[in-house]
Amino acid sequence: MTLAVENIRPSTAGDFIALMKPRVMSLVVFTALAGWLAAPGEANPVLAFACIFAIAAGAGAAGALNMWYDADIDAKMRRTRMRPVPSGRVAGPEALSLGVVISVLSVVTMALAGGALAAALLGFTIFFYAVPYTMWLKRRTPQNIVIGGLAGALPPAVAWAAKTGGLGLDPLLLVLIIFMWTPPHFWALALYQKGDYAAAGVPMLPVTHGARATRTQILVYSLLLAPLGLAPAVTGLGGWIYTVVAGVGGAGFVLLAVRIARSKAGEGASAAGEIYNGAADDRAARNLFVFSILYLFLIFAALIAEHGLGLYARVGG
Amino acid sequence: MNEDALRARRRRNLVIGLSLAAFVVLVFTITLVRLQGNVVERPF
Repeated sequence: MTLAVENIRPSTAGDFIALMKPRVMSLVVFTALAGWLAAPGEANPVLAFACIFAIAAGAGAAGALNMWYDADIDAKMRRTRMRPVPSGRVAGPEALSLGVVISVLSVVTMALAGGALAAALLGFTIFFYAVPYTMWLKRRTPQNIVIGGLAGALPPAVAWAAKTGGLGLDPLLLVLIIFMWTPPHFWALALYQKGDYAAAGVPMLPVTHGARATRTQILVYSLLLAPLGLAPAVTGLGGWIYTVVAGVGGAGFVLLAVRIARSKAGEGASAAGEIYNGAADDRAARNLFVFSILYLFLIFAALIAEHGLGLYARVGG
Repeated sequence: MNEDALRARRRRNLVIGLSLAAFVVLVFTITLVRLQGNVVERPF
């Protein structure tokens, strides 16, 4: 490790930002902001900023801890081999230090700005991503992203708890939606990148149970996700805009999942050099992967528009 | 340690220092907002 570091250019602040997975952070900030705006009551904008900032920092810290622990398998996958630790731009112990320090600072900030419940939830989220998911599940079971998905699902509930001091059915529905969205999202990716995961020894579902079982599981989770996505419309959390977006988006999600189920996605050549060329049948998996990001973005954008921009109009009233 | 490495270390230290200063300002601002709310809500 030391030799590798000495041979590479000195690490920059940008390398440390990359260590915190900024793209994941942006999605976390987005869902947390939706949770904050949808939660009842008023809050000081400074506290709102501090709470969302703490959630973003916590997500970044969890990302840094994940990159520290997973450097060995990241080095074996094309998608991840240029990350700061495996590429030698940041030393492993530095990534660990950054992760631990930012974790503590983010939880302390949340305790000050959002209260004990939100701080405890944020601490649990970071811990769950860094230890149960990264250290225990990811290399051991194809259920890794199913269970580990809880960490990525919690931010809206953390924000809700920070604003209101409590939880309820509505924030739990938002958590459940992201929780149910995570498996088809990552399995679609794993279908057309299973050679990458196999090379790294990560037991993703397409590697352990084959492409056909994965396609079936994607369809099952999508069939559960589509109606679940409409549940906030029933409780009144989502208004007309949300209902239309979740309804049309859910139908599109299921349609693409059916196409995957009927395809041979994940059964093409998976030699290292061909992973990114995309066999024709893998296109169905790629389409769902891209659409799943759009779906999650749009339903949370609908909540932000309704509760943040005053566009809420209750369904049936 | 060569000149490039020293320069990079100085830049990193600067970013860390500014981040810590921003954190101090954030905590101070949160405290002010919290105190202000509690003073307003005080029953006497």
